[in-house]
Order: sequence, then C-alpha cells, then structure tokens
Amino acid sequence: MNLTTSIIGITAYLILAPVAGGLLAGIDRKISARMQGRFGPPILQPFYDFFKLLEKEPITVNKVQDFYVMCFLLFIIITGCFFFAGGDLLLVIFTLTLASVFLVVAAFSSNSPYAQVGAERELLQMMAYEPMALLTAVGFYLVNGSFNVADAVTSQVMAIQYLPGIFLGFVFILTIKLRKSPFDLSMSHHAHQELVKGLTTEFSGKTMAFIEIAHWYENIFLLGIVYMFIAYSAVWSPVIAVIVCFAIYFLEILIDNNYARMKWQIALNSSWVVALTFGFVNLLILYFIG
Amino acid sequence: MSYVTKSPWIIHYDGSSCNGCDIEVLACLTPIYDLERFGIINTGNPKHADIFLVTGSVNEQNVNVVKQIYEQMPEPKAVVAVGICAASGGIFKECYNVMGGIDTVIPVDVYVPGCAARPEAIIDGVVKGIGVLAEKRAAMDKKPAIMDKKPAATVQTEDNEEA
Ligand code: SF4
Repeated sequence: MNLTTSIIGITAYLILAPVAGGLLAGIDRKISARMQGRFGPPILQPFYDFFKLLEKEPITVNKVQDFYVMCFLLFIIITGCFFFAGGDLLLVIFTLTLASVFLVVAAFSSNSPYAQVGAERELLQMMAYEPMALLTAVGFYLVNGSFNVADAVTSQVMAIQYLPGIFLGFVFILTIKLRKSPFDLSMSHHAHQELVKGLTTEFSGKTMAFIEIAHWYENIFLLGIVYMFIAYSAVWSPVIAVIVCFAIYFLEILIDNNYARMKWQIALNSSWVVALTFGFVNLLILYFIG
Repeated sequence: MSYVTKSPWIIHYDGSSCNGCDIEVLACLTPIYDLERFGIINTGNPKHADIFLVTGSVNEQNVNVVKQIYEQMPEPKAVVAVGICAASGGIFKECYNVMGGIDTVIPVDVYVPGCAARPEAIIDGVVKGIGVLAEKRAAMDKKPAIMDKKPAATVQTEDNEEA
C-alpha cells in the first residue's frame, strides 16, 4: 500500500469508525432487546448516551485517572490507524495490548474494590486472548509471507481457506474482546452484574464517554481483522468480507444473549485450549503442507 | 438541546420497604413495560446514574447509604421517591427505627404514590424526573460554579467519619 492509500485509510478510520461503531452498538442493543421480546431503545441511543455523558458534571477520584483513560483512547486510535494504514499486524496487536494496560492502570488507580477486581479480571482476559491473537498474526505470515495488513488484503489467496482453525479461534477470542457474555468478566454493557460495572465503576461523565468511544473504535478495528480473513485481490471479496463481519457480529450477539457470565478460570482455560487445538494445529498443518 | 432527557440512567435503591414497590420497579424492565425504549438503563452504579429511584423509608441503618448514593451521583441528578413508604414512611412510619420519608435526608423531586406503586405510575414518575433533569441541566449552564464543587470522594469520606 502506498502513502496515499494509507492516508485515506487512516482518515476514513478516524472519522467513520466512531460513527459506524456507535451505530453497531445501537443495532446490537436493538437486536438484543428483540431477542428478549422487548421493543428496545432507538438505534441512535449510544450516541445519546455518549453526548449525555459529556454533559455531566465531571467527578474523578483522582486526576491521574483521566490521564490514563486518555492514553487508552489515544492508543486504541493509534492501533486502528496502524491497522487501516495497512501496517504490521504484530505492531497492531502489541499496541492494542498497551492500550488495554492503560485502562487497567486507570482502574487500579481509583483504589475502589470493584474497579480493582475488574482490573484484575481484565488482566486475566488479556492473558486469555493474547496467545490466539499472536497465532493469528503468525498464521497470516505463513499464508502471505508478510505481517503487513496491506499484503493480506491484496494477496492472491483467500486467507480463510488456509486458516480455518485460526479463524474459529479468533472468533472465540472475539467474544472476550467485544465484552460479550460468557466472557464479559471485567465489565459488561448489561447493568447489574455481580461486579456492578467492574473496570468502569469509578469512571463517570466525560471519562466514561471517552471509554465508550474507545470501544467503538476498537470494535471496528476488531471487525477489520475478521475482514482480513476473507478479503483478497478478487473484486467481489470485500463485499463478502463485510457480510461475514456482520454475520460474525450477529453470532456474538446471539452468544451474548444465550450465556450467563462464566468464571475466569473457564475463560482462561478454554481460550488457551482453543488456541492450542484450532490455532496451533492449523499452523502445524500449514507448516508441513506449505 | 439537552441529551440528558434522552438517556436517563437509573439507580434503584431499596430502603426499608416491604419489597412490594421493588418488584414493581423491576416489572418496569420486563418486556411488557420495557423502560429501555426510552433509553433508560437500570445501572447499579451511582456514578453512572442520573435518576435516583428510592423505594421504602429511611431508617437509622440505611441513612448513610442513601446520602452516599445521592452524593456520588454527578449533576444533573433527580430523585424519585416510589411508593408511600418513600414519601412519608407509610405503614412503617411508627416503627422505632424509621426516620420517615426519603425527603428527611435528601431533596426529593418527584413523589410516586401507591402501595405498591403501579409500573405505569413509576414510569410516569421517571418521565417527570426527566423533566426535572432538563431543568437542572439548563440551570447548570447558567451557573457554571456547580461544576467546581468538591469531588464526591471527599464528601464520601466525611460521611464515613460521621458514621
Ligand atoms: S409503599 Fe407499600 S408496597 Fe411499597 S414498599 Fe411501602 S409498604 Fe411496600
């Protein structure tokens, strides 16, 4: 990918991702409500929530908390920019980890028991999804001979044909990353869990609004990775890829509404088992055949 | 336009009630009434809440809890007292430990009558509360000094010392 396309990718991401992410969250809430036999909020509800949070009185437990949350938002955006500029997938994954660490530190800094338990669980969740995320990057390298996102989407082959196991494994950890039940251990979009609001217990007003928008950016970028599995040089592949992204998101909503929250041990064990069976075996086969 | 009217988040606290009103509050979230249609979320966290929905009266044990929840909520905020107990103490008024309605400790904006209050009445009360929120929000714009008041965490510690 040359410089112009990179710049177009970054600008589009910066402007469109929050809009698309917010709409996706709205559709998510509507579909969830329908699955529960309710009418549900308007599609634009996440935006109303966001602007309301901006209007509220700022209350912070300590000043440094806001700084960490801003870093979280900043690094999520940087992660997405690297990705949509067609950059290195390994760099993308590690920047994402850095961003998450800032959120964890922000929660720890508040000294509130709910936030701290939430932060510990977030760390455990990171431990759970990280191996599979790295195997995903390695898988793309074995198929395309490069870690670059740009090379993957312009490649001659469809990645999912060679990486079906990796794809399944990635969809599995997507449940953790999108904060869906059964793995919404550290915080959940549904009120009244046993941890109150977990990680975000001590954040209110603007700070909370920034966390929301960071999640919209993050979700779009995560669906971007799903897109990478399908898209290749063929003209029709982007269309199929977008459809697959929607299908996967719908699947996650379905999973979310069908499971109760599980213990962290199950989250950790199951995602490592999935990474080892689906991910690692897929890589081994690829290694011996290719 | 103020967005607070479009996304009022609620925190529900049960004081000394018989639990009758609480069941009705939860009934508001069921598919029949579905409060989320109006963007209302029943959050468990005072720091995220805009409307404080209290059922039951205040007693010597929960008075600090009621005060703390109220003080941890960021402005603009509204208090809706649900049921006769929350309004005046109701049938528990004469009990040795009951101090009275919610307005004995925190300012109440909307009273929802009934024993138990019906879900329709509760929804009506919350919608009135949204009106109060809009007024308070407009007042905040006129008087920005409210934004500089002491952070809730400090207030909370003072309360603990009192207790
Ligand atoms: S008002 Fe009636 S139903 Fe409601 S808490 Fe009091 S006694 Fe129970």
